[in-house]
Amino acid sequence: MSHRLAKGGRLINRAHEQKFTFNGKPMRGLKGDTLAASLLANGQMLLGRSFKYHRPRGVVASGAEEPNALVGLGRGDSYEPNQRTTTTDLFDGLVAESQNHWPSLNFDLLALNNLVPQFLTAGFYYKTFIQPRAFWKHVYEPIIRHSAGLGKAPKQDARDPDRYEQIYAFCDVLVIGGGIAGLQAALTAAQAGAKVALWEQTAHWGGRAPVDMVEIDGQPADIWIKTTVKTLESMDNVQLRLRCMGAGVHDHGYVLGYERITDHAPDPASPRHRLWRMRAGQIITATGAIERPLSFAGNDVPGVMLASAMRDYVVNYAVAPGHEVVVVTNNDDAYRTAITLRKAGVGVAAVVDARAQATGALPEQARAMGIRVLTGKGIRKVKGRGHVNGVEICRIDSKGTAYTEKLDCDAIAMSGGWSPVVHLWSHCGGKLLWDEVGNFFRPDPDRPPLGADGAGFVHACGSAAGAMGAVLAEAHATALKAAQALRAASTPPAPADDRVADAAPMEAVWMMPRNAEYDLRMKMWLDFQNDVKVADVQLAAREGFQSVEHAKRYTTLGMATDQGKLSNINGLAILSDALGQPIPATGTTTFRPPYTPISLGAIAGEARGAVFQPLRRTPLHDWHEGNGADWEPVGHWRRPYTYRRSGESRHDAVNREVINTRQNIGLLDASTLGKILVSGPDAGRFLDMLYTNMMSTLKPGKCRYGLMCNENGFLMDDGVVARIDEQSFLVHTTSGGADHIHAWMEDWLQCEWWDWKVHTLNLTEQFAQIAVVGPKARQLLERLGGMDLSREGLPFMDWREGTLGGFSARVFRISFSGELSFEVAVPASQGRAFWDRLLAEGQDLGIMPYGTEALHILRAEKGFIMIGDETDGTVIPQDLCLNWAISKKKADFLGKRGMERAAMTDPNRWTLVGLETLDGSVLPHGALAVRAGKNANKQAITEGRVTSTYFSATFGRGIAMGLVERGPERMGEVISFAGAGNTRIAARIVDPVLYDKEGEKQNV
Amino acid sequence: MSDLAQSALQSAEFEGFVTIREAGLQGMITLRGDLGAEGLAKAVTKATGCAMPAPRRVTSAGTCGVAWMSPDEVMILCSHDKAPDIAQTLSKALEGQFATVAVVSDARAVFKLQGAGWRDALAKICPVDFATLTEGDIRRTRAAQVAAAIWVSGKDEATLVCFRSVAGYMFDLLSTVAAKGTEPYLYSLPTETS
Repeated sequence: MSHRLAKGGRLINRAHEQKFTFNGKPMRGLKGDTLAASLLANGQMLLGRSFKYHRPRGVVASGAEEPNALVGLGRGDSYEPNQRTTTTDLFDGLVAESQNHWPSLNFDLLALNNLVPQFLTAGFYYKTFIQPRAFWKHVYEPIIRHSAGLGKAPKQDARDPDRYEQIYAFCDVLVIGGGIAGLQAALTAAQAGAKVALWEQTAHWGGRAPVDMVEIDGQPADIWIKTTVKTLESMDNVQLRLRCMGAGVHDHGYVLGYERITDHAPDPASPRHRLWRMRAGQIITATGAIERPLSFAGNDVPGVMLASAMRDYVVNYAVAPGHEVVVVTNNDDAYRTAITLRKAGVGVAAVVDARAQATGALPEQARAMGIRVLTGKGIRKVKGRGHVNGVEICRIDSKGTAYTEKLDCDAIAMSGGWSPVVHLWSHCGGKLLWDEVGNFFRPDPDRPPLGADGAGFVHACGSAAGAMGAVLAEAHATALKAAQALRAASTPPAPADDRVADAAPMEAVWMMPRNAEYDLRMKMWLDFQNDVKVADVQLAAREGFQSVEHAKRYTTLGMATDQGKLSNINGLAILSDALGQPIPATGTTTFRPPYTPISLGAIAGEARGAVFQPLRRTPLHDWHEGNGADWEPVGHWRRPYTYRRSGESRHDAVNREVINTRQNIGLLDASTLGKILVSGPDAGRFLDMLYTNMMSTLKPGKCRYGLMCNENGFLMDDGVVARIDEQSFLVHTTSGGADHIHAWMEDWLQCEWWDWKVHTLNLTEQFAQIAVVGPKARQLLERLGGMDLSREGLPFMDWREGTLGGFSARVFRISFSGELSFEVAVPASQGRAFWDRLLAEGQDLGIMPYGTEALHILRAEKGFIMIGDETDGTVIPQDLCLNWAISKKKADFLGKRGMERAAMTDPNRWTLVGLETLDGSVLPHGALAVRAGKNANKQAITEGRVTSTYFSATFGRGIAMGLVERGPERMGEVISFAGAGNTRIAARIVDPVLYDKEGEKQNV
Repeated sequence: MSDLAQSALQSAEFEGFVTIREAGLQGMITLRGDLGAEGLAKAVTKATGCAMPAPRRVTSAGTCGVAWMSPDEVMILCSHDKAPDIAQTLSKALEGQFATVAVVSDARAVFKLQGAGWRDALAKICPVDFATLTEGDIRRTRAAQVAAAIWVSGKDEATLVCFRSVAGYMFDLLSTVAAKGTEPYLYSLPTETS
């Protein structure tokens, strides 16, 4: 059983105990532990169950590559599934629970899957669950969903209480990875004069070097690491970040970094994660290498670990994986584990070496320490289910039908060689080549990711580049090259001298034993997390999945949360072997960001709660809020839909506002309307191109309604244009359209008509605009005094500038309701004062604000169209009987040619009419008019649709507008609209203008 | 009626590792035209006392300032109640030229960020290398989801301008990124801000 050693542990503090729980069981760890180290120290080797077979799983690695030891962390709102125990730093009060077991970790009924593995081979979903068809949705899927998968999603109503943020940063050289190669690269680049950032994903500098017995300048690596970090910290041009993972490398030197600030020490005042959005001139990936497992039967049993991970636990945390260990390897490096274990007083039963000879410095050192070395051998199978009981040894070149000897042990350290971490190199298109000596893919320095200038902008160094011995000299050279690419000038001092033990070549072993029979291959795990075995990949190859990308998806190899960090190369090798081709011919799957999963919180950053989205407020927003406004979103604005009084329903409030506006006086906050100043000698010509009607003939002091279409002739905005003076116009757009129309104008001016002399300025927010509407509107404004607002002084569709009640104001006499109406624009800063003044002055006149719903009803009663209701991007002005607003004199305007296409001039187009239900009811929104009979697809034949429909308080019944085939020719005809279910609603086609057709009221 | 005028947030304030304060009403005039034209530069200097700024710079004199906004646009800063008069003077001076003048004071909200950590706070929401900005520099950018202009208005001080309608969002946003305990120490060191 795993346990804590009495001595050692370079990263732990024995004086500082920390309490945590695992599946509710209280445990103790030490400050500096990872959760995995603590669990192992507590003898907890079984940490979860596998994805498909629910096999017992324990820790296999010690870092980001861990596939097995995932847990749910935290509780309630803070619960997070699939957290790697190997990268989770222990803190006091940590709560962890294991995943994917039912009903409990130790007794899992679904482990029965394990008894019928042939039932769950590669592609089993597709083969097994195809018939009968209806069973997938109702039987198979629910069962599979219950049994498969890893952690549970947080509860639906859970709300993450933590803070997250993002940050933009810039540097010349970004070094990713703070091992000795990364430290040297950062030092060199900084000494050369570059602005350097250095990120390390763990909490410690130096990477593996201290554990792997590296000597620098004749001393243990720790000393050099400490000095170098200190030097870097003292330099102004260097930023160092621990716990910051390089997550993705993108075009133009854009790199995402994932900093875990308080995961190890929860603090509600600080952000938990910070997403770095770095722009780097040059990027150096010093991301190290990951050890590969060996494929032997039972290599997934808890107690089987990577050899490097095992010595990490011993050296860094003083945790031994067992009392008697067998080391199995195809290389010299794993002997370090045997030596480390023996030095720490842990039993080493033997080193099982697949190679015929092991004569390197490390094997010799192991032998000298009395460790037994078996060469030309492999593991036939692991004994034990929940934990390792022993191993059976066989000849490496055999079929594994018989064992040569049995060894007792309670842990196994395996090493199948190393794979450089090439992910970040590859994200942006860096190419790989197959290294025949090391049997791994490594970055091809001649084919790096290319920047906008065609030159490489990513460099790999250290073991990430495939250097498995000394690395500092090469890291120095790489960094110098990167710095020089940015014209950094100074010459840095020479690098330190790092030494590692000489190693004999490794020997590729992709399957152990090499000719293993089927029953052994069925138990050799490639992908521990997704339960993919050697036999599955071989089956996929036999079934024709030759492309590595296809085989990956068919078998799910490398598709789990670890993205195949351990399984990738082993799987490729098995596939290549099955296909009878060399590994480079098979190639790799695509490496995509992020390197390891990053939190959704970090992606959202600060955008949550009050700052989830910008909310646009008019100068009168606070008044609305304090006076019962029911908000309606209009773009990012909030506008009052209606103002409810206590005890009043929404419907009643709207009706009250409509009646009052028709009878007395209503106030509308129209500040959201777009107001764009278009100015310059060519302004008139420009507006003639933008609008369908003529604007250049408008006289100063006058207003004109106009329509804007896109190039296809479809309506996109409407509004009133006021001519300010000879050179300038004020264009009013819809509330939602202001930004778009402003951008549209600039697009034409900058890209097409760049030589026209026109300026546009978006003045939307400069003014509070208030519509004063109703028969008593003039009476109220005259009380304020200061401007002649008489019928003659300010005729309909005129505007004047002046001082109204002391406010500098522009008064537009325009009406969207059919009533006498003035829209008054005052500076936004005075909007609230002006509004208050109107309310106070108009009290005895029955003044009352109204919301957007009343606005809609008032305009619908008058037959005015609304962009977004009567239009949907497929409607041309002619559909809305707006031919009068389309100039026949103008040679051209945007949309003119579009309107002349055959489909646009078809007389059968659906055209605007009013609709009146026979029973007075309100037609449903968007209801389709249906005709008897079916079309070729056996669907009902439609002949129109409702575009606006309301209860009209003025008329005491439902009113509507709609687009109907040849509608205006069919006045008086009764047509049928589809209601809920199969009901039909009869409605008569009528004139859309119901209220004051002659326009006398707005013209008084 | 200027006594009735209100800025969007009426000088709301937040104390974090940077102090955020809505700066109240600020006169602003947009001027678009050929910035290289001699007449235009002269008119600006005459109306404000300020020299025409170089690209991405702000010039100032007395209560006025002129900020470069784009190759054909500057923003004139002045006291709020003077803006209409200055705008009129400018318009008159530029009559007959292709230039557009408009008062935009009320379309904007202005925030002061005070404290050595202002760059650290803004780095969280603006894709700008603040190390390259020195006093008198201005940058038009975005702050999280809205447009913003930022200039270095003093030692350990920046001024940020956004649209008035999003003043509330901006205040909440700045308060979030400047909250104590969230210092990223990217541009400043712990000793400078604490």
